[in-house]
Amino acid sequence: MDQCKEKALRRTAADVRLGIIEAVYNAKSGHPGGSLSIADVLTYLYFEEMNIDPKNPKWEDRDRFVLSKGHTSPALYSVLAHRGYFPVEDLPTFRHTGSYLQGHPDMKGVPGVDMSSGSLGQGFSVACGMALAAKLSGKSYRVYTAVGDGESEEGQIWEAAMFAAHYHLDNLVLIIDWNGLQIDGRITDVMNPTPHDEKLRAFGWNVISIDAHDFNAIEAAFALARGHKGQPTAIIAKSTKGKGVSFMEDQAGWHGKAPNAEQYEVAKAELTAARDAI
Amino acid sequence: MAEAIATREAYGKALAEFGAKYDKLVVLDADLANATKTDTFKKVFPGRHFDCGIAEANMMCVAAGLSTAGYIPFASTFAMFASGRAFEQVRNSIGYPHLNVKIGATHAGITVGEDGASHQCNEDIALMRTIPGMTIINPSDAVEARAAVEAAINYYGPVYMRFGRMAVPVINDTPDYKFELGKGIQLADGKDVTIIATGLCVEPALRARELLANEGVSARVVNIHTIKPLDEEIVLRAAAETGAIVTAEEATVIGGLGGAVAELLSEKRPTPVVKLGVNDVFGKSGPAKELVVLFGFTAENIAAKAKAAIALK
Repeated sequence: MDQCKEKALRRTAADVRLGIIEAVYNAKSGHPGGSLSIADVLTYLYFEEMNIDPKNPKWEDRDRFVLSKGHTSPALYSVLAHRGYFPVEDLPTFRHTGSYLQGHPDMKGVPGVDMSSGSLGQGFSVACGMALAAKLSGKSYRVYTAVGDGESEEGQIWEAAMFAAHYHLDNLVLIIDWNGLQIDGRITDVMNPTPHDEKLRAFGWNVISIDAHDFNAIEAAFALARGHKGQPTAIIAKSTKGKGVSFMEDQAGWHGKAPNAEQYEVAKAELTAARDAI
Repeated sequence: MAEAIATREAYGKALAEFGAKYDKLVVLDADLANATKTDTFKKVFPGRHFDCGIAEANMMCVAAGLSTAGYIPFASTFAMFASGRAFEQVRNSIGYPHLNVKIGATHAGITVGEDGASHQCNEDIALMRTIPGMTIINPSDAVEARAAVEAAINYYGPVYMRFGRMAVPVINDTPDYKFELGKGIQLADGKDVTIIATGLCVEPALRARELLANEGVSARVVNIHTIKPLDEEIVLRAAAETGAIVTAEEATVIGGLGGAVAELLSEKRPTPVVKLGVNDVFGKSGPAKELVVLFGFTAENIAAKAKAAIALK
């Protein structure tokens, strides 16, 4: 990837992160940690990878994305807003009574949201259904879904993994946001779901492991996925929970907590400085 | 004696029949295609039938995904797993986004028979009723099951369809039979009491009416094939005109058709309601026909309940 493009993506991702903080701070609730960890991957998906049209969110040949880890809706909403699906100015209404930006993604109310999600383990299966639909109808659209590493403790994740491999859904890409933390602590301490790579390979998947905050690696992984036929591809994206906000990084405590006014100012200043330094 | 056909048989045949007419119809099953009868569809349209294996939670969400792309998926398994095991998938991934998924739940109620309580789902109607926007259809015979499948195809939104394992007499093979989603059918008029029945209880309800007539009691019989949305008009009219109601369903007395009728009448026209159903107990193993008698889904018991309702006037 040329430097110009990479810098532009990093700037966009910084704006997306600022939107996440804005949404969660104003809501006084929400999930900043996992939103910040998936922000770069979502930025790449919506600004580079996916064949979409923000003016026509229901375009039937569009690529689809399902945020199976639906609690990180601030990341999805912020990306969608910055991509032009709805005004960025609406992000502070997140989780407010009367806002269309519901706590977890609501496909009925938010332009660009392809599936309502939030109850862990379900979105991945829905993405399998979308990918199967593309195969059935002979359409070339691709389907992407993001699952949390903690979410992979849900049994349904492995039902879906079996299904996608069985039906050779090579138009499906699973992204595991591997930040190593869940609400109660380290995933390896709470209920160890690792190793994801070996498990998924055993289930019949093409598996790629990357640094979730390296746009060159993200680009290369999606290109490999596109070229891989006969099997679905899983991208294990090793990330940092709370990425970009110093006091949130790698802290399970920031899974589902909003910053106070002081912390909000620090987070904003850090993200703004990081963006301006690009 | 009328021909007896299980509604699940009619369901499988209807899928195969309508598969030709509706090219967006696809079928999912969870390793029970021989029992749910979706194999009838599979034989004709193998490329549109997807076995999901013994993984019902995933199946419901795959159906949701297919529906977002314009397909009309029928997801089939036993009622126990469709409404019980996968309840939350149905609620969150089908009900909440109001997706166009049809759930073909077979082996409902105690007439599963020998498999016993673990597989006899009496709770499904109650569970599905709690999901906003869910339509619930419980056909009374093979004719109605076929009609219900086509009505579900032509309606946009989630539909839970309840089918039985046991063969039941065909009662709707009349020239003027018409299935309208959300509309009850008054099968016979009466003035002393109304028997509001659903599913396999409709046929014994008609025989109960004859037994009651022999004793000088005039009973109206209403077939409620669509439990949600409930045909409020036909229920309120029955309450107003006959003054006593019996509900009959092969399901728990908690929260099903009886619950729906009682909820409606208590708010809009307080009327005695006697509920016939499974009385807050689990089922048992045994031949289905014996269980029907054991659990009281007989003309004699319905007639007795009708008299009990009249006594409450």
